[in-house]
Amino acid sequence: MREEIGFLSICGMLGYGYPLQSLQRGMSSNVAFLGADNGSTDPGPYYLGNGTGFVKSLQIKRDLEPALLAARKHNVPLIIGSAGGSGAKPHVDSFLSILLDIAKKHNLHFRLAIIYADIDKHTVLQAYSEKKITPCGPVHELTKERISKCNRIVGQMGTEPLIDALKNGADVIIAGRCCDTAIFAAFPIIQGFEPGLALHCAKIAECGALCAQPAGANDSLSAILRKDHFIVEPANPTRRCTPASVAAHSLYEQPNPECFFEPEGKIDMSESKFESYGERGVKVSGTRLITAAKTTIKLEGTELKGYRSIAIAGICDPIAIMNVSKIEREVTEVTGKNLRGIINTNDYSLRFLRYGIDGVTGYGKKSPDPLPREIGLIIEAIAPTQELADTVLSLSRSTMLHQSFPGRKTTAGNLAFPFSPSDFQGGPVYEFSIYHLMETEDHCRLFPIAFEEV
Amino acid sequence: MRLYDCATVIRSKNAGPFTLTIDLMFADENILNKVLNSPSFNTRQIAGLYNVSASTVRIHAFKQVLAIKVVLPRSFASSGAPGDRDVYGSQQHFPLGDIDIAAGVADRK
Repeated sequence: MREEIGFLSICGMLGYGYPLQSLQRGMSSNVAFLGADNGSTDPGPYYLGNGTGFVKSLQIKRDLEPALLAARKHNVPLIIGSAGGSGAKPHVDSFLSILLDIAKKHNLHFRLAIIYADIDKHTVLQAYSEKKITPCGPVHELTKERISKCNRIVGQMGTEPLIDALKNGADVIIAGRCCDTAIFAAFPIIQGFEPGLALHCAKIAECGALCAQPAGANDSLSAILRKDHFIVEPANPTRRCTPASVAAHSLYEQPNPECFFEPEGKIDMSESKFESYGERGVKVSGTRLITAAKTTIKLEGTELKGYRSIAIAGICDPIAIMNVSKIEREVTEVTGKNLRGIINTNDYSLRFLRYGIDGVTGYGKKSPDPLPREIGLIIEAIAPTQELADTVLSLSRSTMLHQSFPGRKTTAGNLAFPFSPSDFQGGPVYEFSIYHLMETEDHCRLFPIAFEEV
Repeated sequence: MRLYDCATVIRSKNAGPFTLTIDLMFADENILNKVLNSPSFNTRQIAGLYNVSASTVRIHAFKQVLAIKVVLPRSFASSGAPGDRDVYGSQQHFPLGDIDIAAGVADRK
């Protein structure tokens, strides 16, 4: 077994940018592999549902090209997880086309492993009937109907499929939806390093230099894993890690700062020790993996809920602002009446977001006192087709412009539209309808690997 | 004193599409303890502010790094679903930030 293993996390999200000098500096030390995460559910269900990326292709190309060149130059594996954003087939395929263009441009040759993460609906239905699916957090119970209505389902692969790909000589791995930790823990685990430490190190590394001061998800992080500890250090000399900055990173986006769960089990950080190491590094020890009795993978599935249209407007008239709730109620009622024969009120939703009053917090228990000088308004319609959403919006927008209310002085129009046209199509609207854990006996079977010689 | 003014960092974010996590960080242990001991800072009060049931709210103190984490479900909609107002959940640290930490038992409703 090696004494230590070094790796580089290119940045916290491939496509969000990073300084090229950080990559160069990071690669100058002894690096066994490099990797980056490319996915997230943060931008919401639309991207998985619609099969589109939330990072534009040119951004991916900008970040991928130097990383691929560096990996080939040093002849070390490059591992990308959750390729294309949501990590379903359309995302992976669009990522692959960028990768292959770069390879062609530079005449690069390598063994490519592609791991799709799409999970067949029948597999999920089967697991559901065997009671092998449980909610992940405060999510609704799953039903057969919900599973059937999903338009796309992915599973988050753990380290096992990546380990298989590496054992079979992959130089570049493009993985679909993937646990962030698997990207960086697979290689060290094959080499025999402590999985608890490897997974904790990976958890920090997947965010790039976000654990440093100043924090920067758009910068590289170097890591060294040893027998009983690991060291993280930003590749960029203008940043440093401190024990507090690294320990505090465990809080980020996690429900519990003392542990997290991966398909491999529970990573217990309650006894973890964070110490300064050199000028800019931090040494972490004491993290343990408590192996799971049964392997579970997280499923993410989306359901189409309709189509959206919105209009943006402002109001500065004080009496109109004072009456805005009343105006909304009446607009909703009049719109419903006027749409009879076209669409039933139960089949669409109409919403008013009032920025300046409660557009963000929305709890609406009391309005600000005094009322703001101006408010911003978004009128939103969601209906079963784009045409119907456009129609509901158009009618409610024109009704609201001319809606009367007590004490009205602004009798020529209630709304200031900044744009012509005032209405915008938002396209399909999705919802995460599966966010559940599925027990699996054969993790690798769910995530088949295809090899290609580029 | 408003919780927002006691904290050096107060941030909210999704922890998955169905959960919100709000991190509070403090300059020193005194302030951290004052918040933890305040009768207006508890799961019941927070649940009321966010329209969720108290049993679903968790408060974790992480004294090593002078931080408190509040975890609660999204009451309004899951991230990006119809009815959502904050896809990333990054501005949901209010109304929590408005809690009056100095308020005593007598001030409670």
